[in-house]
Amino acid sequence: MRSTTNSAPGPMVHAHDVHKRFGALEVLKGVALDIARGEVVAVIGPSGSGKSTFLRCLNHLETINRGRIDIEGETLVSTDARGVCHYVPDVDLRRICGKMGMVFQHFNLFPHMTVLQNVIEAPLTVKGLRRDDVIPEAEKLLRKVGLLDKRDSYPSRLSGGQKQRVAIARALAMEPDIMLFDEPTSALDPELTGEVLRTMRELAEERMTMLVVTHEMAFAREVASRVVFMDGGEILESRPSRELFASPEHPRTRAFLENML
Amino acid sequence: MNYVLDIMGPLIQGTGVTIQVFLITLVLSVPFGLCLALLRISRFKVVSGFVNGYIWLMRGTPLMLQMLFIYFALPFVPVIGIRLPDFPSAIVAFVLNYAAYFAEIFRAGIQSIDRGQYEGARVLGLTYTQTMRRIVLPQVVKRILPPMSNETITLVKDTSLIYVLAMNDLLRAARGIVQRDFTTTPFVVAAGFYLLMTLVLTLGFQHLEKKYAVYDE
Repeated sequence: MRSTTNSAPGPMVHAHDVHKRFGALEVLKGVALDIARGEVVAVIGPSGSGKSTFLRCLNHLETINRGRIDIEGETLVSTDARGVCHYVPDVDLRRICGKMGMVFQHFNLFPHMTVLQNVIEAPLTVKGLRRDDVIPEAEKLLRKVGLLDKRDSYPSRLSGGQKQRVAIARALAMEPDIMLFDEPTSALDPELTGEVLRTMRELAEERMTMLVVTHEMAFAREVASRVVFMDGGEILESRPSRELFASPEHPRTRAFLENML
Repeated sequence: MNYVLDIMGPLIQGTGVTIQVFLITLVLSVPFGLCLALLRISRFKVVSGFVNGYIWLMRGTPLMLQMLFIYFALPFVPVIGIRLPDFPSAIVAFVLNYAAYFAEIFRAGIQSIDRGQYEGARVLGLTYTQTMRRIVLPQVVKRILPPMSNETITLVKDTSLIYVLAMNDLLRAARGIVQRDFTTTPFVVAAGFYLLMTLVLTLGFQHLEKKYAVYDE
């Protein structure tokens, strides 16, 4: 499903010195992160550490106050010498953000549409594709997430885990190069997280570039190639997951992991 | 019974006028109200403030006064002053007035939609217009059906206000016969007509609610 035509040599995501304020509160204090093609990066950290905000800055759900973000070598936002932020024009913004799919904590499925309609909505409306061409692809995606039999159900009839898998299929239908996950299992009953994580693991095995904000330490350890620990609006540690879990360097990482495990 | 049949003619004619005012008002004020609602939630303070003032004016003064103003006083207003015949005067007043009420219903409906719906649409690449048309407004329709039902039923009965412009709607037709024949029977028949019209609306809205019940939120 995913386009493999783009093979820019640089990082898929390049964020540098990203600052974000909500009023007087500085949520991000100069975050820098590069993500290579096919990498699965888990972002962990206490709540309020700015992980979700950082993720939301990458696809312009939040605007940043300073710094630079490049997606697949294309600049989304940069800051000039006087410290003023410049976003690229709307057309480019839309195109660049279109390279990223996103999955939310609360799914954000469209309740008035069936599962299938949720998946084909963007390909029809945004890409202007024909229904007949889109439906087979959508069905393929639904089969992949194990929900083809639910294609004509409304989201309210699904469990949380099923909703999230539909949300993943819906994001994949736009053929993104990068998938952003914002605490995808945090709103789920514990017994339903497994099915969502399994879907994400399959995606990772297909070499999808993924950035996952999560509280699932097992997922971070087993599926992520790299784990980023954030606290107080900064990245304190960013290392291969095995290393970070085996021997956390920063005292706050250590304290956080001891609390979690 | 024969008497009732005798007075049917003028009452049915009056009902025709009532239905005309009702339908024309509805068809024009719903889209106008939607525009007002969208302007009201605009980021531009001047725009939303202006619409706010408009809604205050239209809801804050009696519809009858507005109708009288447009018919009698508008011709003397500089620049925009035009003389309208009675029927158009009534329609203009009703549309301006009802659009204000509809705008508030639409606004409440639009603002009740979760922010996550906008974000969900946005990360899929939908523009603001596409998000409104495809995602937000279809959900708004379901939520505003009960207040819209109220408002349209009120509109049916409000049409009787056009008697001040000496137009022969259902109620004025009935009153004419009452004064001529010294009997209140025409009032009872008129009440029956109003009930019939509002019954059709009630059933229509019930049907819509049932139709939209296929999904929960």
